[in-house]
Amino acid sequence: MSKMNLLQAINNALDIAMSTDPSALCFGEDVGHFGGVFRATSHLQEKFGKARCFNTPLTEQGILGFANGIAAQGMTAIAEIQFADYIFPAFDQIVNESAKFRYRSGNQFDVGGLTIRTPYGGGINGAHYHSQSPEAYFTHTPGLKIVVPRNPEQAKGLLLASIRDPNPVIFFEPKKLYRAAVGEVPDEDYQLPLGQAEVVREGSDITLVAWGAQMEAIEQAAQLAEKDGISCELIDLRSLLPWDRDTLAHSVRKTGRLIINHEAPKTSGFGAEIAASIQEACFLHLESPILRVTGLDTPFPLALEKEYMPDHLKTYEAILASMNY
Amino acid sequence: MSDKRLTDAHIVHDSVFVDASALQIPTLRILQEDGTPYSDAVLPVLDKTLALKIYDTFLFIRALDERMLASQRQGRISFYMTETGEEAADIGSTAALQDDDMIMAQYREQGALAFRGFTPDQFMNQIFSNEQDLGKGRQMPIHYGSRQLHYMTVSSPLGTQLPQATGYAFALKAQQKPNCVICYFGEGAASEGDFHAALNMAGVFKVPVIFFCRNNGYAISTPAHEQYAGDGIAPRGIGYGLKTLRVDGNDVLAVLKATQEARKLAVEQHQPVLIEAMTYRLGAHSSSDDPSGYRNKSEEDTWRAKCPVMRFKKWLIHQDWWTEADDEQRKQQHRDQIMTAMKKAEKVPAPPLRDLFTDVYDQLPWHLQEQQQALIEHIRKYPQAYSKTAGRVDHE
Ligand SMILES: Cc1ncc(C[n+]2csc(CCOP(=O)(O)OP(=O)(O)O)c2C)c(N)n1
Ligand SMILES: [Mg+2]
Repeated sequence: MSKMNLLQAINNALDIAMSTDPSALCFGEDVGHFGGVFRATSHLQEKFGKARCFNTPLTEQGILGFANGIAAQGMTAIAEIQFADYIFPAFDQIVNESAKFRYRSGNQFDVGGLTIRTPYGGGINGAHYHSQSPEAYFTHTPGLKIVVPRNPEQAKGLLLASIRDPNPVIFFEPKKLYRAAVGEVPDEDYQLPLGQAEVVREGSDITLVAWGAQMEAIEQAAQLAEKDGISCELIDLRSLLPWDRDTLAHSVRKTGRLIINHEAPKTSGFGAEIAASIQEACFLHLESPILRVTGLDTPFPLALEKEYMPDHLKTYEAILASMNY
Repeated sequence: MSDKRLTDAHIVHDSVFVDASALQIPTLRILQEDGTPYSDAVLPVLDKTLALKIYDTFLFIRALDERMLASQRQGRISFYMTETGEEAADIGSTAALQDDDMIMAQYREQGALAFRGFTPDQFMNQIFSNEQDLGKGRQMPIHYGSRQLHYMTVSSPLGTQLPQATGYAFALKAQQKPNCVICYFGEGAASEGDFHAALNMAGVFKVPVIFFCRNNGYAISTPAHEQYAGDGIAPRGIGYGLKTLRVDGNDVLAVLKATQEARKLAVEQHQPVLIEAMTYRLGAHSSSDDPSGYRNKSEEDTWRAKCPVMRFKKWLIHQDWWTEADDEQRKQQHRDQIMTAMKKAEKVPAPPLRDLFTDVYDQLPWHLQEQQQALIEHIRKYPQAYSKTAGRVDHE
């Protein structure tokens, strides 16, 4: 075990992935010598050489097309998009290419060796273009896997699993937690399962589900609710596609209540998918409507970021509303 | 015949691969380091008033960048970007335009905006994201925009302004306006697909646009030689059918002359132009960056010696249009003015809560009205948690 922050855990996972798989390559804007603008790829070029960890020209469309080619050839491509807000020039390569490579060729070709790492979310005074949570654009795309870790130990195990999964994976990193989240991380090579949620805390009155940095908000809200004698069950979804409906449905059948929290805007956010599926699976068990506590249906702001965020207080209010329904 | 491809021109009978050696692109320079023009140099159109206005903008920008970087270090603002070392490129080129020509900037062109007359108060209101910011406190510092000054609001995603510039210029031409668009971008952004789309479309549609590349050697940590393998950005203009010119970006007279002539081509002949200004980003990429991780000081010192402000000052002094005493006095005036504006802007409150919701659309649809109402009620319940807006929600 070592104490690491989330960035160090990611760096450690990349180091292990490259050591154990000689065909693994790490590339993107500024990831080479400099080690990335957040330093997630620090020292990888020193250790593995310029042929395996390198800067690309400044073109996300190019990076993903190039990564698809590398993966199609059979090597392991770990591409960094500097901010999730800048993934959109690569949208075509991801949505029309990475996601459909296997299906359209009748499984003759695939880009299963592709992993896209990208920092997402608010909390750094980044405004419109350094704060977005664009996961729902991609959960709407069959063929992709979507993963979001909540802390260093999870980040390492989930990233290793993503890199080794034989499907293209987008790994969204909560940049607000890069240096803020510190925890014990096993030193060895380990993987955490994709597609499986984790019950972080058991409870009996209401289920709260989130992922990534928003886990903090639901944990704080649960503490507030505890003082009112409300017992919350907390679930970290971890994978958004495919997502673990069974674990969530099992919990909701027990508690009869569900609150979904995400940072992205409400309309067509991933919360809508969860709410629809859970009411299908648990209709007769529900004691109150499923509620969503989310970002506003506006671009991500700057001066009024605090007002925008689906914080613990908004979540706590939703818990009370659900309990008093 | 509609097939106009040249398939029969210059036939050879053994393979000849063409490379960069076939294309020697000259660099326009007018002023020597000592501030005197080359003897055969053809000067731009420039009187004392314009020369001093350009130089005064240099001094203002130096003072602004220095002060705001210091303010970032003091924690007064969250973020800043300087254009130190590149002042001749954006200010010299904007000085060649009409005031109502459109500017589409990347983000490191505050000098162009200052030249157009953006006031210290306007700069500060944007940087401090207060309620007087024209952008309503929504974007990070340095994302300026002014409809009045024909300066399109800056957007962080790189390269997006390039094809927009082509479209904007197309619309100017369609409406027979006697104007052009100047579109600034870095040599890094020129790797984006949007760059290629923009130049190709400008060439095909023959629109009045000047693409102005600030080739400052770096895109954050990535040096130009890891950005492209060819001879810079200029040859691409030729490939797309644009008139192309490379200029010493630290020589303001050369930049001014290049852009004056580019404007003529663009406006009078609807001939799109690419200008590549060779310069150097003397400062860090932004206040979040530390260049010591990827380049050495001696390289920076070499370029510091080629300071565009210094070179132009020497010329002004040779002309008897400026003195060292004027210089000291004016620098101090700028510093004082910026300090005063900063202290004022710091005290202006944040934008009101309604500015979170307005302008998503021209009018608030039902779902935003609902979200706004719910948020107001929530803030009333927890005023301590939302101190920027709590005091005022009752007046919304
Ligand atoms: C689409 C997109 N990708 C990445 C970024 C992050 N980014 C901001 S500035 C920058 C470097 C730009 O370099 P260049 O175009 O040369 O301009 P300079 O900073 O040198 O003025 C990068 C990679 C971005 N803003 N937009
Ligand atoms: Mg550059």
